Amino acid sequence: MRLDGSARRELEERIDLWRRFVRRRNVIRQGDVDELEDHLRNEIAELSDAGLAPDEAFLVAVKRLGELDELTGEFAREHSDRLWRQLVEPSGSGSDGGVGSRIEPAVVIGLAVAAALAFKAPALFGLPLSDDNAGFYLRNMSLFVLPCLFTYFGWKRQFGVRLWVFAGIAFATAGALVNTYPFENEGQTEILSALHLPIFLWFVVGVAYTGSNWRSNADWMHFVRFTGELFIYYVLIALGGGILTAFTLFTFQAIGLDAEWLAQGWLIPCGALGAVIVGAWLVEAKQSVIENMAPVLTRLFTPLFTAVLLAFIATMAWTGSSIDVERDVLIGFDLLLVLVLGLLLYSISARDPRARPGYFDILQLVLVVSALVVDVMALAAISSRITEFGFSANKVAALGENLVLLINLSWSAWLYFRFLRGRGPFAALERWQTAYLPVYAGWAWIVFAVFPLAFAFA
Amino acid sequence: MTVGKDLVAASATPLVLSILAEGESYGYAILKRVEELSGGRLRWTDGMLYPVLHRLERLGQIEGRWGKSRVGRKRKYYRITGEGGRQLAALRRQWEVVNDTLRGVWIPPRESGCEA
Repeated sequence: MRLDGSARRELEERIDLWRRFVRRRNVIRQGDVDELEDHLRNEIAELSDAGLAPDEAFLVAVKRLGELDELTGEFAREHSDRLWRQLVEPSGSGSDGGVGSRIEPAVVIGLAVAAALAFKAPALFGLPLSDDNAGFYLRNMSLFVLPCLFTYFGWKRQFGVRLWVFAGIAFATAGALVNTYPFENEGQTEILSALHLPIFLWFVVGVAYTGSNWRSNADWMHFVRFTGELFIYYVLIALGGGILTAFTLFTFQAIGLDAEWLAQGWLIPCGALGAVIVGAWLVEAKQSVIENMAPVLTRLFTPLFTAVLLAFIATMAWTGSSIDVERDVLIGFDLLLVLVLGLLLYSISARDPRARPGYFDILQLVLVVSALVVDVMALAAISSRITEFGFSANKVAALGENLVLLINLSWSAWLYFRFLRGRGPFAALERWQTAYLPVYAGWAWIVFAVFPLAFAFA
Repeated sequence: MTVGKDLVAASATPLVLSILAEGESYGYAILKRVEELSGGRLRWTDGMLYPVLHRLERLGQIEGRWGKSRVGRKRKYYRITGEGGRQLAALRRQWEVVNDTLRGVWIPPRESGCEA
């Protein structure tokens, strides 16, 4: 292909324009554009050799590459993980004829207010927010807000009747159970129920999030991403809320008024509940703003936690000291496993499944394995003395949780190992994680619904 | 004559795997090879090849790496993995069944025997 200077420049400009145009479609990434560009140039070169003028060759080559809409569609089908951020952004494609975005802020605010009102409503029926009723509020906290979140997704994804009925049954039975059980005041089973009900209901919200695709692994992975990002947003909103509260107290105090009732009765609880809905909306609408936060956080903390765990194992081996079995030690190790699982889930959900194994994957495996080693040492220490303690609801719950997490992490480590050795695709690890989600929900259900009965509401 | 869309889509995976089984290659060259093998009768919309390549890469059946073309541009090369080889063998058996079945219908065994 022989081109004079101006024709070459013109061609380069066209290709550049084409690049920018293609790049605007979010599903087609930088690397993909490079690959397509290489293809385009090959085609142009061949067509030019066959006697076409550069501009003609460019047009024919672009045409052969396929209609951009069609091409985007094909890329979207293969890379649905990249698409999730536009799924709900009506302005993105312009052709989204779904639910109008203009009334969305109103719906979100309405639902946030509904959650706050749900929290304030029991006070009208003789259950004011006080120490006597702390148990009631503790048990029902998730029931105030999560139905509103479910409604938000239901509205957004335009559910059919079946999902609404499913949600109605799930929320109603859960609410009926925790409110009719005659819990011993602030007993172990009451606290356990209050802690595990949200986990189960979060799974119900997950069904809403995935909408009609609740069988799809990819959609559950999106839900995992959503959860992590909502968490980040929630922490940010909570920080702002804390500052707002402090200033409210401070300014009113300056004029001699005590605003504590306002902060404790309204600002903090209503804000905390409403923030869940608003946070969910922000994650849905403004995903690209914070999208890069989660991978950065995992990359920052995975090495740090790995270092701490390795140092801990090394110290134990060096000094020969064993884990001191105290009351809360098992809960502590459960939290450790949850944390490691969180780091793992997050880096899985943020990782390009096509990427080759890298040093970070090795680090991830080291983290999981060291957490497993620490946990097994803790379990060994505890099991030798479990008969001495006797079985209480707390201990069985903590042991069960440990087992659930241990199974997940062990198999994850194995799958990771296979992936690093090039014996299995990364997708297997993703599938395992999403397939395991119902296990958490099932265990949470057992703890909040069955434990109180099994341990006589103690 | 052009081959229908469904058949093109169905044959994409075995074709890509078979071509990569011949050796490492890249998008444009794979398309050229398909054109050459089919005598131009099997036409893909060029861009559709890439999502297929990415899917096979995600499933671990092929591996991609970034290299350089002769003029020094970025180019992504693909090669088949062990898993891809197994998949290709399985696909090949399936296509042979289809092929044999259709042949059985179109060319009755006795007649073809006489001709041969």
